[in-house]
Amino acid sequence: MKRVKRRYLALQIDSAYVPSQKEFLDCVWAAVTKLYGEFGASLTSLALIDYDAEGRQAVLRANLATVDQVRVAVASITSIAGREAAVHVLVASGTIKALNARLKELNSA
Amino acid sequence: MKRTFVDLHLRPNLKDSAAIVRLIDKTAALDYRLVSVPTDPQASSGEIQKLRDICKNAGLDFVSRVDLRPRSQNELLTLLRKCRRRFEIICVLCENKEVARQAAKDRRVDLLNFPQTDYRNRFFDAAEAELASGGLAALEFDVKPLLLLEGPARVRLLSCLRREVQVARAFHVPIVVSSGVSEVVLLRKPREMAVLFSLVDLAGVYGLDAVSCAPLAIVKRNREKLCSKFVAPGIRVVKREMDCEES
Repeated sequence: MKRVKRRYLALQIDSAYVPSQKEFLDCVWAAVTKLYGEFGASLTSLALIDYDAEGRQAVLRANLATVDQVRVAVASITSIAGREAAVHVLVASGTIKALNARLKELNSA
Repeated sequence: MKRTFVDLHLRPNLKDSAAIVRLIDKTAALDYRLVSVPTDPQASSGEIQKLRDICKNAGLDFVSRVDLRPRSQNELLTLLRKCRRRFEIICVLCENKEVARQAAKDRRVDLLNFPQTDYRNRFFDAAEAELASGGLAALEFDVKPLLLLEGPARVRLLSCLRREVQVARAFHVPIVVSSGVSEVVLLRKPREMAVLFSLVDLAGVYGLDAVSCAPLAIVKRNREKLCSKFVAPGIRVVKREMDCEES
Protein backbone atom coordinates (compact mmCIF):
# COMPACT_ATOMS: atom_id res chain seq x y z
CA MET A 1 0.00 0.00 0.00
CA LYS A 2 1.27 3.46 -0.87
CA ARG A 3 2.51 5.46 2.09
CA VAL A 4 0.37 8.51 2.89
CA LYS A 5 2.43 11.70 2.72
CA ARG A 6 1.62 14.39 5.25
CA ARG A 7 2.42 18.00 5.93
CA TYR A 8 2.60 19.76 9.27
CA LEU A 9 1.50 23.39 9.56
CA ALA A 10 2.56 25.62 12.45
CA LEU A 11 -0.11 28.26 12.98
CA GLN A 12 -0.19 31.56 14.86
CA ILE A 13 -3.54 32.71 16.26
CA ASP A 14 -3.89 36.47 16.02
CA SER A 15 -6.57 37.43 18.53
CA ALA A 16 -7.01 39.33 21.77
CA TYR A 17 -8.99 36.37 23.10
CA VAL A 18 -7.23 33.13 24.07
CA PRO A 19 -9.30 30.29 22.59
CA SER A 20 -9.34 26.84 24.14
CA GLN A 21 -8.03 23.88 22.17
CA LYS A 22 -11.58 22.70 21.43
CA GLU A 23 -12.73 26.13 20.28
CA PHE A 24 -9.76 26.40 17.94
CA LEU A 25 -10.18 22.95 16.44
CA ASP A 26 -13.95 23.41 16.02
CA CYS A 27 -13.26 26.64 14.20
CA VAL A 28 -10.75 25.01 11.80
CA TRP A 29 -13.15 22.14 11.07
CA ALA A 30 -16.00 24.60 10.53
CA ALA A 31 -13.89 26.58 8.04
CA VAL A 32 -12.86 23.45 6.11
CA THR A 33 -16.43 22.10 6.05
CA LYS A 34 -17.88 25.46 5.01
CA LEU A 35 -15.53 25.76 2.03
CA TYR A 36 -15.19 22.16 0.87
CA GLY A 37 -18.15 20.33 2.42
CA GLU A 38 -18.08 17.21 4.55
CA PHE A 39 -16.66 15.04 1.77
CA GLY A 40 -13.83 17.49 1.12
CA ALA A 41 -13.10 17.76 4.83
CA SER A 42 -12.87 13.98 5.12
CA LEU A 43 -10.08 13.94 2.51
CA THR A 44 -7.87 16.31 4.49
CA SER A 45 -7.13 13.87 7.39
CA LEU A 46 -6.86 16.93 9.58
CA ALA A 47 -5.50 16.45 13.10
CA LEU A 48 -4.33 18.78 15.85
CA ILE A 49 -0.84 17.71 16.90
CA ASP A 50 0.06 20.43 19.38
CA TYR A 51 -1.65 23.44 20.93
CA ASP A 52 0.02 26.16 22.96
CA ALA A 53 -2.73 28.42 24.32
CA GLU A 54 -0.33 30.87 25.97
CA GLY A 55 1.85 31.28 22.91
CA ARG A 56 -1.29 31.17 20.70
CA GLN A 57 0.40 28.62 18.46
CA ALA A 58 -0.89 25.32 17.08
CA VAL A 59 0.42 22.53 14.90
CA LEU A 60 -1.94 20.84 12.44
CA ARG A 61 -1.36 17.75 10.34
CA ALA A 62 -2.95 17.31 6.91
CA ASN A 63 -2.58 15.13 3.82
CA LEU A 64 -0.05 16.50 1.34
CA ALA A 65 -2.65 16.37 -1.44
CA THR A 66 -5.05 18.60 0.48
CA VAL A 67 -2.63 20.88 2.32
CA ASP A 68 -3.52 23.84 0.08
CA GLN A 69 -7.20 23.37 0.91
CA VAL A 70 -6.34 23.47 4.60
CA ARG A 71 -4.27 26.62 4.04
CA VAL A 72 -7.24 28.27 2.28
CA ALA A 73 -9.62 27.25 5.06
CA VAL A 74 -7.25 28.52 7.76
CA ALA A 75 -6.80 31.84 5.91
CA SER A 76 -10.58 32.24 5.70
CA ILE A 77 -11.04 32.18 9.48
CA THR A 78 -12.21 35.57 10.75
CA SER A 79 -13.48 34.63 14.21
CA ILE A 80 -12.96 31.99 16.88
CA ALA A 81 -15.77 31.36 19.37
CA GLY A 82 -17.49 34.53 18.21
CA ARG A 83 -14.44 36.75 18.80
CA GLU A 84 -12.51 38.44 15.99
CA ALA A 85 -9.43 36.44 15.07
CA ALA A 86 -7.05 35.59 12.25
CA VAL A 87 -4.89 32.52 11.86
CA HIS A 88 -1.58 32.80 10.02
CA VAL A 89 0.61 29.95 8.77
CA LEU A 90 4.11 30.34 10.24
CA VAL A 91 5.87 27.29 8.83
CA ALA A 92 4.95 24.20 6.81
CA SER A 93 7.05 21.05 6.85
CA GLY A 94 7.04 17.34 6.10
CA THR A 95 8.22 16.23 9.56
CA ILE A 96 7.58 17.48 13.07
CA LYS A 97 11.33 17.58 13.70
CA ALA A 98 11.99 19.91 10.77
CA LEU A 99 8.94 21.97 11.70
CA ASN A 100 10.20 22.50 15.23
CA ALA A 101 13.69 23.37 13.98
CA ARG A 102 12.28 25.99 11.60
CA LEU A 103 9.95 27.35 14.27
CA LYS A 104 12.90 27.71 16.62
CA GLU A 105 14.84 29.52 13.89
CA LEU A 106 11.86 31.81 13.26
CA ASN A 107 11.38 32.63 16.95
CA SER A 108 15.06 33.41 17.45
CA ALA A 109 15.22 35.69 14.37
CA MET B 1 15.15 35.49 -5.44
CA LYS B 2 12.85 36.66 -2.66
CA ARG B 3 9.61 38.18 -3.86
CA THR B 4 8.60 41.73 -2.96
CA PHE B 5 5.02 41.63 -1.77
CA VAL B 6 2.66 44.51 -2.44
CA ASP B 7 -0.74 45.49 -1.06
CA LEU B 8 -2.16 48.31 -3.16
CA HIS B 9 -5.49 48.63 -1.35
CA LEU B 10 -5.37 49.31 2.38
CA ARG B 11 -8.43 51.26 3.41
CA PRO B 12 -7.99 52.68 6.91
CA ASN B 13 -10.16 55.52 8.19
CA LEU B 14 -8.01 58.46 7.09
CA LYS B 15 -9.34 60.62 9.95
CA ASP B 16 -8.04 58.16 12.57
CA SER B 17 -4.23 58.40 12.68
CA ALA B 18 -3.90 55.64 15.30
CA ALA B 19 -5.88 53.22 13.10
CA ILE B 20 -3.66 54.06 10.11
CA VAL B 21 -0.50 53.39 12.14
CA ARG B 22 -1.91 50.11 13.51
CA LEU B 23 -2.86 48.88 10.03
CA ILE B 24 0.43 49.87 8.44
CA ASP B 25 2.53 48.37 11.27
CA LYS B 26 0.64 45.10 10.94
CA THR B 27 1.13 45.13 7.16
CA ALA B 28 4.88 45.52 7.69
CA ALA B 29 4.85 42.64 10.20
CA LEU B 30 3.11 40.42 7.64
CA ASP B 31 6.03 40.71 5.19
CA TYR B 32 4.73 43.33 2.76
CA ARG B 33 7.26 45.81 1.42
CA LEU B 34 5.13 48.18 -0.61
CA VAL B 35 1.68 49.50 0.29
CA SER B 36 -0.85 51.96 -0.96
CA VAL B 37 -3.72 53.79 0.72
CA PRO B 38 -6.27 55.39 -1.60
CA THR B 39 -6.94 59.08 -1.01
CA ASP B 40 -9.42 61.61 -2.40
CA PRO B 41 -8.60 63.23 -5.75
CA GLN B 42 -8.55 66.53 -3.81
CA ALA B 43 -6.14 65.24 -1.14
CA SER B 44 -3.36 67.70 -0.37
CA SER B 45 0.30 66.81 -0.74
CA GLY B 46 0.56 67.23 3.06
CA GLU B 47 -1.93 64.40 3.64
CA ILE B 48 -0.06 62.15 1.22
CA GLN B 49 3.27 63.03 2.83
CA LYS B 50 1.83 62.12 6.26
CA LEU B 51 0.93 58.64 4.97
CA ARG B 52 4.35 58.35 3.36
CA ASP B 53 6.03 59.18 6.69
CA ILE B 54 3.96 56.60 8.61
CA CYS B 55 4.96 53.95 6.06
CA LYS B 56 8.60 55.01 6.19
CA ASN B 57 8.61 54.61 10.00
CA ALA B 58 7.23 51.08 9.57
CA GLY B 59 9.89 50.26 6.98
CA LEU B 60 7.46 50.26 4.04
CA ASP B 61 7.53 51.95 0.68
CA PHE B 62 4.37 54.05 0.12
CA VAL B 63 2.64 54.41 -3.24
CA SER B 64 0.16 57.24 -3.70
CA ARG B 65 -3.15 56.09 -5.11
CA VAL B 66 -6.47 57.61 -6.01
CA ASP B 67 -9.76 55.78 -6.49
CA LEU B 68 -11.96 57.47 -9.09
CA ARG B 69 -15.70 56.83 -9.09
CA PRO B 70 -16.95 58.68 -12.18
CA ARG B 71 -20.55 58.50 -13.32
CA SER B 72 -19.85 59.11 -17.00
CA GLN B 73 -17.12 58.81 -19.61
CA ASN B 74 -16.59 62.60 -19.69
CA GLU B 75 -16.29 62.80 -15.92
CA LEU B 76 -13.67 60.04 -16.04
CA LEU B 77 -11.64 61.88 -18.67
CA THR B 78 -11.77 65.11 -16.65
CA LEU B 79 -10.67 63.33 -13.47
CA LEU B 80 -7.84 61.52 -15.28
CA ARG B 81 -6.56 64.81 -16.69
CA LYS B 82 -6.51 66.30 -13.17
CA CYS B 83 -5.05 63.32 -11.31
CA ARG B 84 -2.64 61.47 -13.57
CA ARG B 85 0.43 63.57 -12.77
CA ARG B 86 -0.34 63.71 -9.04
CA PHE B 87 -0.73 60.03 -8.16
CA GLU B 88 1.38 56.95 -8.83
CA ILE B 89 -1.63 54.64 -9.11
CA ILE B 90 -5.04 55.42 -10.58
CA CYS B 91 -7.85 52.98 -9.94
CA VAL B 92 -11.28 53.35 -11.52
CA LEU B 93 -14.29 51.92 -9.71
CA CYS B 94 -16.46 50.97 -12.66
CA GLU B 95 -20.11 51.31 -11.76
CA ASN B 96 -21.52 51.38 -15.28
CA LYS B 97 -20.57 49.95 -18.63
CA GLU B 98 -19.74 53.29 -20.27
CA VAL B 99 -17.15 54.08 -17.59
CA ALA B 100 -15.81 50.50 -17.58
CA ARG B 101 -15.17 50.52 -21.34
CA GLN B 102 -13.48 53.93 -21.32
CA ALA B 103 -11.34 53.00 -18.30
CA ALA B 104 -10.22 49.75 -19.93
CA LYS B 105 -8.97 51.42 -23.10
CA ASP B 106 -7.44 54.54 -21.49
CA ARG B 107 -3.69 54.06 -20.96
CA ARG B 108 -3.75 56.43 -17.97
CA VAL B 109 -5.77 53.93 -15.92
CA ASP B 110 -3.78 51.38 -13.89
CA LEU B 111 -6.45 49.36 -12.11
CA LEU B 112 -10.03 48.39 -12.84
CA ASN B 113 -12.15 47.59 -9.81
CA PHE B 114 -15.75 46.42 -9.96
CA PRO B 115 -18.52 46.48 -7.32
CA GLN B 116 -17.81 43.63 -4.91
CA THR B 117 -21.28 42.28 -4.36
CA ASP B 118 -23.33 43.88 -7.14
CA TYR B 119 -22.82 41.04 -9.62
CA ARG B 120 -24.95 42.62 -12.34
CA ASN B 121 -22.59 45.57 -12.46
CA ARG B 122 -19.40 43.58 -12.89
CA PHE B 123 -18.68 44.36 -16.51
CA PHE B 124 -15.45 42.42 -16.93
CA ASP B 125 -16.38 40.36 -19.97
CA ALA B 126 -14.42 39.43 -23.12
CA ALA B 127 -14.99 42.86 -24.73
CA GLU B 128 -13.74 44.66 -21.62
CA ALA B 129 -10.72 42.33 -21.38
CA GLU B 130 -9.83 42.92 -25.03
CA LEU B 131 -9.85 46.68 -24.46
CA ALA B 132 -7.82 46.29 -21.26
CA SER B 133 -5.22 44.10 -22.97
CA GLY B 134 -4.73 46.87 -25.56
CA GLY B 135 -4.31 49.42 -22.76
CA LEU B 136 -2.32 49.11 -19.56
CA ALA B 137 -5.08 48.45 -17.05
CA ALA B 138 -4.97 45.50 -14.67
CA LEU B 139 -7.93 43.88 -12.98
CA GLU B 140 -7.99 44.29 -9.20
CA PHE B 141 -9.63 41.85 -6.79
CA ASP B 142 -10.08 42.49 -3.08
CA VAL B 143 -9.78 39.71 -0.51
CA LYS B 144 -12.19 41.35 1.96
CA PRO B 145 -15.48 40.08 0.46
CA LEU B 146 -14.06 36.56 0.23
CA LEU B 147 -13.43 36.66 3.97
CA LEU B 148 -16.63 38.33 5.06
CA LEU B 149 -19.29 36.81 2.82
CA GLU B 150 -20.83 33.47 3.71
CA GLY B 151 -23.14 30.92 2.14
CA PRO B 152 -24.85 31.66 -1.20
CA ALA B 153 -23.35 35.16 -1.44
CA ARG B 154 -19.82 33.74 -1.28
CA VAL B 155 -20.72 30.97 -3.73
CA ARG B 156 -21.96 33.58 -6.20
CA LEU B 157 -18.86 35.74 -5.70
CA LEU B 158 -16.53 32.77 -6.23
CA SER B 159 -18.24 31.77 -9.47
CA CYS B 160 -18.15 35.38 -10.69
CA LEU B 161 -14.45 35.78 -9.84
CA ARG B 162 -13.61 32.43 -11.45
CA ARG B 163 -15.20 33.54 -14.71
CA GLU B 164 -13.37 36.89 -14.61
CA VAL B 165 -10.03 35.19 -13.93
CA GLN B 166 -10.56 32.93 -16.95
CA VAL B 167 -11.38 35.91 -19.18
CA ALA B 168 -8.42 37.95 -17.87
CA ARG B 169 -5.98 35.12 -18.44
CA ALA B 170 -7.32 34.45 -21.93
CA PHE B 171 -6.65 38.08 -22.89
CA HIS B 172 -3.40 38.42 -20.88
CA VAL B 173 -4.81 41.11 -18.61
CA PRO B 174 -2.71 41.31 -15.42
CA ILE B 175 -4.53 40.46 -12.20
CA VAL B 176 -3.75 42.27 -8.95
CA VAL B 177 -4.91 40.86 -5.63
CA SER B 178 -5.22 43.39 -2.80
CA SER B 179 -6.63 43.22 0.70
CA GLY B 180 -9.17 46.08 0.56
CA VAL B 181 -9.49 45.95 4.34
CA SER B 182 -9.74 48.62 7.00
CA GLU B 183 -9.33 46.40 10.07
CA VAL B 184 -6.13 44.75 11.27
CA VAL B 185 -7.83 41.42 11.94
CA LEU B 186 -8.76 41.01 8.27
CA LEU B 187 -5.19 41.43 7.03
CA ARG B 188 -3.63 38.26 5.65
CA LYS B 189 -0.07 37.33 4.72
CA PRO B 190 0.68 37.68 0.98
CA ARG B 191 0.95 33.92 0.53
CA GLU B 192 -2.40 33.49 2.31
CA MET B 193 -4.01 36.01 -0.04
CA ALA B 194 -2.54 34.11 -2.99
CA VAL B 195 -3.76 30.78 -1.67
CA LEU B 196 -7.27 32.20 -1.09
CA PHE B 197 -7.42 33.00 -4.77
CA SER B 198 -6.64 29.40 -5.66
CA LEU B 199 -10.39 29.04 -5.01
CA VAL B 200 -10.97 30.91 -8.26
CA ASP B 201 -8.35 29.05 -10.32
CA LEU B 202 -5.57 31.55 -9.66
CA ALA B 203 -3.32 28.97 -8.09
CA GLY B 204 0.42 28.61 -7.56
CA VAL B 205 2.70 31.05 -9.30
CA TYR B 206 -0.22 33.01 -10.82
CA GLY B 207 -1.56 33.76 -7.35
CA LEU B 208 1.86 34.83 -6.08
CA ASP B 209 2.40 37.03 -9.14
CA ALA B 210 -0.90 38.77 -8.38
CA VAL B 211 0.44 39.94 -4.99
CA SER B 212 3.99 40.67 -6.11
CA CYS B 213 5.07 40.93 -9.77
CA ALA B 214 1.89 42.40 -11.28
CA PRO B 215 1.41 45.31 -8.81
CA LEU B 216 5.16 45.91 -8.66
CA ALA B 217 5.35 46.25 -12.45
CA ILE B 218 2.60 48.91 -12.38
CA VAL B 219 4.37 50.89 -9.66
CA LYS B 220 7.77 50.71 -11.43
CA ARG B 221 6.26 51.78 -14.76
CA ASN B 222 4.43 54.75 -13.24
CA ARG B 223 7.36 55.89 -11.11
CA GLU B 224 9.52 55.91 -14.21
CA LYS B 225 6.91 57.98 -16.07
CA LEU B 226 6.53 60.46 -13.21
CA CYS B 227 10.30 60.90 -12.89
CA SER B 228 11.55 64.27 -14.19
CA LYS B 229 14.14 62.47 -16.36
CA PHE B 230 11.50 60.50 -18.29
CA VAL B 231 11.12 61.39 -21.97
CA ALA B 232 9.37 58.37 -23.50
CA PRO B 233 9.31 54.63 -22.70
CA GLY B 234 12.97 53.54 -22.90
CA ILE B 235 14.27 57.11 -23.26
CA ARG B 236 15.41 59.18 -20.28
CA VAL B 237 17.60 62.20 -19.69
CA VAL B 238 21.01 61.03 -18.53
CA LYS B 239 22.76 64.38 -18.16
CA ARG B 240 21.83 68.03 -18.68
CA GLU B 241 24.56 70.32 -20.00
CA MET B 242 24.24 74.09 -20.15
CA ASP B 243 26.22 74.36 -23.39
CA CYS B 244 23.92 71.93 -25.21
CA GLU B 245 21.53 74.79 -25.95
CA GLU B 246 24.32 77.07 -27.31
CA SER B 247 25.76 74.53 -29.77
